[in-house]
Amino acid sequence: MEIVLISLLNGLVYGMLLFMLASGLTLIFSMMGVLNFAHASIYMIGAYLAFTVSQVLGFFPALIIAPILCGLLGAAIEIYGLRRVHHNGHIAELLFTFGLVFIIQRGVQMTWGMLPMAYRVPAILDFPLFTVYGANFPAYRGFMLLISAGMLLATWLLLKKTRIGLIIQAALTHPQMASSLGHNVPMVFTIVFAGGCLLAGLAGVIGGNYQTTEPGMAEAMGPIVFVVVVFGGLGSLAGCFIASIVMGVIQTFAVVIDYSFIDFLKPLGISVTADNLLTEILTVPVARIGALLPFAMMILILLFRPRGLLGTRDT
Amino acid sequence: MNGAFGKSWLWIAAVAFALLLPWCFYDFHTARHSGFMLSMLSQMGMMIILALSYNMLLGQAGLFSLCHATFFGIGGYATVHFLNAAGDGDLPLPMEIIPLLGGFSGLGLAIIFGYMATKQRATAFAMITLGIGELMATAALMFHHFFGGEGGVSTNRMIDHSLFGLTYASGVQVYYLILAWTLIATLAMFFLTKTPLGRMANATRDNFERAQFMGYDPRVVRFLQFSLSGLFAGIGGALYAITYEIVTFDALAGPLSANALLMAYIGGTTVFGGPVLGAVLITLLQSGVSLMSNSWLVYVGVLFISMVIFAPSGIAGLIMGHKPILRAGKLGQLVVPYIRVLVPGLLLVLGFVGLVELTSFLTIGAAQGKTLVLGGNKIDVHATMPWLVSAIALFGGGAWLRIEARHFRRVWDGLMADLKSADGKAERVLA
Repeated sequence: MEIVLISLLNGLVYGMLLFMLASGLTLIFSMMGVLNFAHASIYMIGAYLAFTVSQVLGFFPALIIAPILCGLLGAAIEIYGLRRVHHNGHIAELLFTFGLVFIIQRGVQMTWGMLPMAYRVPAILDFPLFTVYGANFPAYRGFMLLISAGMLLATWLLLKKTRIGLIIQAALTHPQMASSLGHNVPMVFTIVFAGGCLLAGLAGVIGGNYQTTEPGMAEAMGPIVFVVVVFGGLGSLAGCFIASIVMGVIQTFAVVIDYSFIDFLKPLGISVTADNLLTEILTVPVARIGALLPFAMMILILLFRPRGLLGTRDT
Repeated sequence: MNGAFGKSWLWIAAVAFALLLPWCFYDFHTARHSGFMLSMLSQMGMMIILALSYNMLLGQAGLFSLCHATFFGIGGYATVHFLNAAGDGDLPLPMEIIPLLGGFSGLGLAIIFGYMATKQRATAFAMITLGIGELMATAALMFHHFFGGEGGVSTNRMIDHSLFGLTYASGVQVYYLILAWTLIATLAMFFLTKTPLGRMANATRDNFERAQFMGYDPRVVRFLQFSLSGLFAGIGGALYAITYEIVTFDALAGPLSANALLMAYIGGTTVFGGPVLGAVLITLLQSGVSLMSNSWLVYVGVLFISMVIFAPSGIAGLIMGHKPILRAGKLGQLVVPYIRVLVPGLLLVLGFVGLVELTSFLTIGAAQGKTLVLGGNKIDVHATMPWLVSAIALFGGGAWLRIEARHFRRVWDGLMADLKSADGKAERVLA
């Protein structure tokens, strides 16, 4: 029971972090039809920038400055890069962001070195928030939940209740009409791309000290975020939210489950003694294949619902 | 097809060159081939197959796949197991046929994954293949029986069973085996582009709705193309296993998939031979530059992005662009403009390389205890001078290049306009 509760809480924290990344990716995708491969790289830059800024000014200024810098970087990428390759089609745009991954990856290593950064949770938030069944729940994770929930609310309000949100929605579904009505659609694109990068940067700031700030963090996070976006249905924010939470919870639960396939077969009187590939698949505990689960789930859902959980359209 | 026919001398020359190349680095004093050159040439062979088979997806069918190394890797792993079985006497097949078995392993897996992935196209297809690639890479580290975990699986290629009585003890025999299979695979892929399937792949790439109206199922076309490209990638992987006698996780993981994409794209996806150029170039760079510099990925990344922005048809596409000018015999008029562009371009590149290397030595190099040496002189990365020189070269070269590029553009457009009006006149005369 205690494991269930703690895993659920941790899964929620991780899921919300995933959502912060995946929501930006989904927004950019549904707007521009571009899947930004460099999204996780922006997340990494956010973490590194937050580390550098927090060394000088402290954590809370970094919480604001680093995402803004990431947003500006995103705007620059859109204006000087994506816009130029836009007329060559979606594949060219995908390739462009794919190339960015290499450059950012190596650029970060060149600027900050190969070793993990000592980016720590700020002292003011470094205490146990409450205790469940003898296990501490760190206050910082509560803070992460707060930030991500606040971000979720703010994005929702911005999209649904403000004028700019209305224009964004209009440009999303009817770009030509919005353009004819005198709205600057390319600028809306830039804003959305920058906004997505800002969210990724924010995720980096709060995720950098929750996980480790090191050059491999983009590579570790990237595929999971893409799985979330595809699992939820490309272009669907609600599906993306559900998928993030599901993935977060499943991944944290998988770590603590020690069962394997063979445990389900045992009641049927089946046991294995041989030593080959099949028995290895049957006897490997869930905890060890945790890293594999998201990809297996994605393939499963695509087999039965090719558009993902809540996706409404093909690409 | 006068294009394909007219180029055949080029292919024959390339093959003859590849046949002779190991002997150019033959050391007559020790009567041995250069091991480094042989392994680099062998690597080129596999990478040519990998890049060409990748281009069956990206260039010919417009599919952006991110799991191509999966099939390369599975071909490699399977070949290790086949070789082990052959060595034990359980598999009575000669060495020359074994790459085909590796290819079939790639084909089998590509059929399974292709069934799932080709349900979608464009972006969704890319995402699914990314998932498949990650799935297989994670699985490779997890299941030790087939993949051997982190250490990989190893074998011995001297199975003592060959059609030509060869032992494959020396690198040069392996090189000729690789060359033969590279040739077979390349020819097969070339003829595939001439079949109805190859044509329909192009059609679904350009306009899948129209292809649908014509009664073809674009999904089936994608599926066939994907499976067949898995077959060829598997052959490449088999050659990898035979050359190195060990296959690890690297042969299957994401970086190799990315490499396949880089080679195909930089070489040029619109021309059949483009990926060959890309594979040769990237392998050369990889063997050369990566020994000298920590930052080789930055260079490749920047090269790739510049190609995406400025030359989406790749190197081969750039070369093909000169064809009409060559035919009109006006290539000479481009020499001076080229030199004028090349000088600031070189300056720009040098400045960029300088800045990257300085930054890199400030952090990574310092951590590894290395110092930057240029022409025998140590360079102090903390001094202002080298940074200033590089920055001036970068920005000065960039500004200069902009001016020269505009001039070049004018000359180029003028030539093209001349050619067009000349063509028009010729047509009018004919009419």
